[in-house]
Amino acid sequence: MTPLLQVEGIQKHYGARIGCADVSFDLYPGEVMGIVGESGSGKSTLLNCLAGHLEPDMGRVIFDTRTNGPTDTVAMSEPERRLLGRTDWAFVHQHARDGLRMSVSAGGNIGERLMAVGERHYGNIRNKASDWLGRVEIEADRIDNRPTAFSGGMQQRLQIARNLVTGPRLVFMDEPTGGLDVSVQARLLDLLRGLVREMGLSAIIVTHDLAVVRLLADRLMVMKDGHVVEAGLTDQVLDDPQHAYTQLLVSSVLQV
Amino acid sequence: MIELVDVSKSFTLHNQGSAVIPVMERASFKVEPGECVALTGASGAGKSTLMRVIYGNYIAASGQVLVAGLNVANAEPREILALRRETLGYVSQFLRVVPRVPTLEVVAEPLLDIGTEKHVALDKAASLLRRLNIPEHLWTLSPTTFSGGEQQRVNIARGFAHDYPAILLDEPTASLDAQNRQTVLTLIEEAKYRGAAIVGIFHDLDARRQVCTREINVSDFAPGMAA
Repeated sequence: MTPLLQVEGIQKHYGARIGCADVSFDLYPGEVMGIVGESGSGKSTLLNCLAGHLEPDMGRVIFDTRTNGPTDTVAMSEPERRLLGRTDWAFVHQHARDGLRMSVSAGGNIGERLMAVGERHYGNIRNKASDWLGRVEIEADRIDNRPTAFSGGMQQRLQIARNLVTGPRLVFMDEPTGGLDVSVQARLLDLLRGLVREMGLSAIIVTHDLAVVRLLADRLMVMKDGHVVEAGLTDQVLDDPQHAYTQLLVSSVLQV
Repeated sequence: MIELVDVSKSFTLHNQGSAVIPVMERASFKVEPGECVALTGASGAGKSTLMRVIYGNYIAASGQVLVAGLNVANAEPREILALRRETLGYVSQFLRVVPRVPTLEVVAEPLLDIGTEKHVALDKAASLLRRLNIPEHLWTLSPTTFSGGEQQRVNIARGFAHDYPAILLDEPTASLDAQNRQTVLTLIEEAKYRGAAIVGIFHDLDARRQVCTREINVSDFAPGMAA
């Protein structure tokens, strides 16, 4: 099987400081990988390098495109990478307002991404938008409301609907449950897990919440000071951590 | 089906003076299809550790852990995940589920994961829940609010939903009443009959005598014992 994403020696410096360095891994179709580490460990930098939001100093991010097979996205032209970002890739931001257009209705937010890939029929767009509102558990009569009138949890679900409506194959998520209260988090996690399985998505999820990765991720990468210190099967890394930092991280979680 | 060759396991506690705690050495045994092998030994002897090593939850320090030909000790995560999906089942003592998912779906999930049609998977889940006496009006609720015994039965139903060729059981009859205990033992007998290789921990002596074909004392693998 061809990996969906092959990451080879990604490195990013901010001046003399290391953002992330020597990161390599393969992600296969249907796999969900978690990246954990404390603030400043380089996990968001890495995610942004992978998703094409930041240009890495070194390394390759090879994505198995539908038309041309495995292609290095770092070396792609900007328009090509943008097209990928609208079609096969999706990016779920920690703050929903970074991923939504706050002045456009909920239906418009979902429809916009459909129009970006060439859908023109108003009825189709509206039907698909209302179908997706249902799938992320937002009531259909909210379709014409702006996201400013939504709660934080609803905004996050709307952002997910907007991202998944075009049937991407790879979703990048940056702290998708951060800032939400726990009951809303549980609902969102359940929703994400269902969508990942139904749609056969691959995902890379950056978080500092170990409970989130245990539920969502098949594999886990632990980062510290810009480097990957440990990687493996999620339950194995959490239950039998090998690296000193991972042991500290796991033992620091408060039990409820 | 399951074969361990010279497996050892130790834990290194980096944040506690890098203490190395050896827990197991030279563990070697083989479990054939149709066998149910009981792991015995005092509490702390390493029964659960051994089980977790077979499941790939703990990393073996050395040796080979072969399950259906795959060496779990050095396999890629996706190989272990595929093995767990299709071949190797594990009934732990605790139910770990996503909040909000209804019991019926929790039990059907292993079948859905291998691509079983939804109605077939739900039918099988329903029949298992019925056999394990989980009242039907609870099936649409999340098991997170159930009593300990109910959660354990849901866990067992989930573990037996797919006919895994290899099964690990961690105290499957603990905290069950006589009738449910008998149902679980019957499920184990049925799995043996269809040719599953089973490794279990049974503190319940009668249960062990009833379903197990052989015992392996994990104290034999204690570090420094077998020279």
